[in-house]
Amino acid sequence: MSPAGVNTALAADAFLPEPYRVVAARSEIHDVATLDLVPISGAVPAYLPGQFNMLYVFGVGEVAISISGDATNRSRIVHTVRNVGAVSGAIAALESGAVLGLRGPYGTAWPVAEAEGKDVVIVAGGLGLAPLRPAIYHVLANRGRYGRIVILYGAREPGDILFRHEVESWRQRLDVSIEVTVDHADPSWHGHVGVVPRLIGRASFDPAETVAMVCGPEVMMRFSATALADAGVAPADIHLSMERNMKCAIGLCGHCQWGPDFVCKDGPVMRYDRIGKRLTLREI
Amino acid sequence: MENLERILLEHPFFAGFGKDFGAVVTGCARNHKFDAGQYLFHEGDAANEFYLIRHGRVALEILPPGQRPVVIDTVPEGEIVGASWLVPPYRWNFDARAMELTRAIGIDAACLRGKCEADPKLGYEMMKRFLPILVQRLQAARLQLMDVYGKRAS
Amino acid sequence: MTAKAIIGRDGLQALLDALAADGYRVLGPALRAGAILYDDIAKVEDLPAGWTDRQEAGTYRVERRDDAALFGYVVGPQSWKKFLHPPTERVFQARREGEGYALVAAPEESHRYAFIGMRACEIRAIEVQDHVFLREPYPDRSYERRRADNFVVAVNCSEAGGTCFCVSMQAGPKAERGFDLALTELVDGARHDFLVETGSERGEAVLGRLPHRSASNAEISEAEAISARTAANMGRRLDTKGIKELLQGNPEHPRWDDVAQRCLTCANCTMVCPTCFCTTVEDHSDLAGGTAERTRRWDSCFTLDFSYIHGGSVRQETRSRYRQWMTHKLASWIDQFGESGCVGCGRCITWCPVGIDITQEAAAIRADDRRSTEEKRGES
Repeated sequence: MSPAGVNTALAADAFLPEPYRVVAARSEIHDVATLDLVPISGAVPAYLPGQFNMLYVFGVGEVAISISGDATNRSRIVHTVRNVGAVSGAIAALESGAVLGLRGPYGTAWPVAEAEGKDVVIVAGGLGLAPLRPAIYHVLANRGRYGRIVILYGAREPGDILFRHEVESWRQRLDVSIEVTVDHADPSWHGHVGVVPRLIGRASFDPAETVAMVCGPEVMMRFSATALADAGVAPADIHLSMERNMKCAIGLCGHCQWGPDFVCKDGPVMRYDRIGKRLTLREI
Repeated sequence: MENLERILLEHPFFAGFGKDFGAVVTGCARNHKFDAGQYLFHEGDAANEFYLIRHGRVALEILPPGQRPVVIDTVPEGEIVGASWLVPPYRWNFDARAMELTRAIGIDAACLRGKCEADPKLGYEMMKRFLPILVQRLQAARLQLMDVYGKRAS
Repeated sequence: MTAKAIIGRDGLQALLDALAADGYRVLGPALRAGAILYDDIAKVEDLPAGWTDRQEAGTYRVERRDDAALFGYVVGPQSWKKFLHPPTERVFQARREGEGYALVAAPEESHRYAFIGMRACEIRAIEVQDHVFLREPYPDRSYERRRADNFVVAVNCSEAGGTCFCVSMQAGPKAERGFDLALTELVDGARHDFLVETGSERGEAVLGRLPHRSASNAEISEAEAISARTAANMGRRLDTKGIKELLQGNPEHPRWDDVAQRCLTCANCTMVCPTCFCTTVEDHSDLAGGTAERTRRWDSCFTLDFSYIHGGSVRQETRSRYRQWMTHKLASWIDQFGESGCVGCGRCITWCPVGIDITQEAAAIRADDRRSTEEKRGES
């Protein structure tokens, strides 16, 4: 029995959460927090950029949250959570020292290996920058393996830009192109105003040799994907991170079904050539 | 004049326009330079000119009473500012402010409308260029309206 | 070549006794509250002797037969998933310890079931659920434990139900596999016994302990004729040719709006369906916040919040939810598991309070396929 009294044989069952301690909690933009988590016993499992965990708050419930940290840092797991309900609100309010439960990692990953040798276009909207951050870390840490790297990020207004300091530091690199836009602003904002898809037409990349990764609200992803396809990127090279109601995260509860796919295991990262038509079907 | 014509035809808006039409439109054109913070026009002004942005960036703003202006769009170089000159009552519906030093070619609206009346082929060429831009901006504006990043969105 | 034997009612009683003596929980059909349900049985007298069921869309009645057949009905509102994939189950219990928590083991329950009277469609349904729940890399351990030791005594239906279409789904009426013993009831004025087929070594061993004799060729033929007659009298048909492409290719068909006018989203169909597997979880804690419990229970894609994500449900309209259920059952299931999710048991038709008939809905869409010519040819 470990100090927290967890029967580890039980915890090996995929339905049972492992206890993790919050070692750092920081407030990002309003109602969004980033938590660094360390397992109470055992090692951090290996995971890939794009995957998610089910985070459990004792007695409250579980919610699916994408991993938002550096996948090569095996000392901790990082999650960025927005307060949109009872469980996510409880998680976002946790302080250093608190314990929550974790099951995972689950799901498909961003195609960072497949993108080697090509231009990489990363399109993020709002909180969508969080699930993409592990992919950004990966391509920047392995810069030599990729062609042009373009990051396009849209937020509601300047105060909503997530990971602002990091975005600014990426911007300072000479080997990455970043454009940030907001839906509206006041005149103290000197950057773009307008929607993310409009940045795509103006960005510099070779569409025939590009892998694009898109994450954000579904509407934003839909229009970004069509803008990428209109710019000449093959639908098979456009990847979206989808989101649906999840209870088990392992393909057994049925909730996350979208057409024939289970978003928990056939996603969340999915190819646009597979899902493009489905995105336009109402209430599918 | 010849220099202005060349500059005008080099602007992406007039790609493939043809030298004949270029000469006609240049007759309505003149050069502009706006300092950072300077307004190209204000809401309510007569829409006398539309602008091809050569260098710099222009913010389109609307001012709610008692609040700071809301920037609803930014237009970079290579794009155009202004479509209200096309439709009566030919009046601007927002403010346009140069965000930085901006060079533009202004095309006199009344002059161009006259030339389009006289030559429908010229008129159609102008329409073919404006409409895709308007459609794209309408779509973008609709997306902005949806406030997709707001809570409870999507 | 399976052995074919004959046992009488005494042999059947000996079978129930032998299984109980071997430590199985013996479960079988019993008449309860006007329906034939699955419950613990010990005696042949516990079976619904002399009863049958009359089933039509939205209708289920039990009726007296003019013989004493023990298995003279088809399937009722329950399926064996009631035991293998129970309606509620505790996932874990947790107890606060310091800043963390400890998971408290659920008591290990013994689940050795002997299922008496399982129909071919039900065997098929369990196979379908096996493919859902026993998949790597995340098998459902609870289901695995419950399935680990099942003794199956199948019964070959001697009549077809009014809403049955197992033949269309290649799931019956005769059990071909998945049983230890399979019985065909032979009852007329002069005799009342059962042709027994063995389907496993274990079944053979148990048969050896019962009073039995070899079946004659005439008796074997009689049993075959019963199954053939049942197959010829199905209450419904479902044309499954190209059904995956048909339904996935008609998401905007007006028939979905039509059925939405009738469907109450009551979720009866998902509860009675032997293959529906969706569940939800509930987390509770006690008032002091010292212990927490997570329970899993059956859920239905017909509920409004089944597809809820921050702020709203993806499928709000009845139309979308009915479409989801039927397309999943007959089409998407094939993408997911390589087979149809439907076994043709007819329960969803019988137990729909407004009598919606899945075979009729499929036929209506097939008769008015709105796909383009290219789509039908598989080119788009």
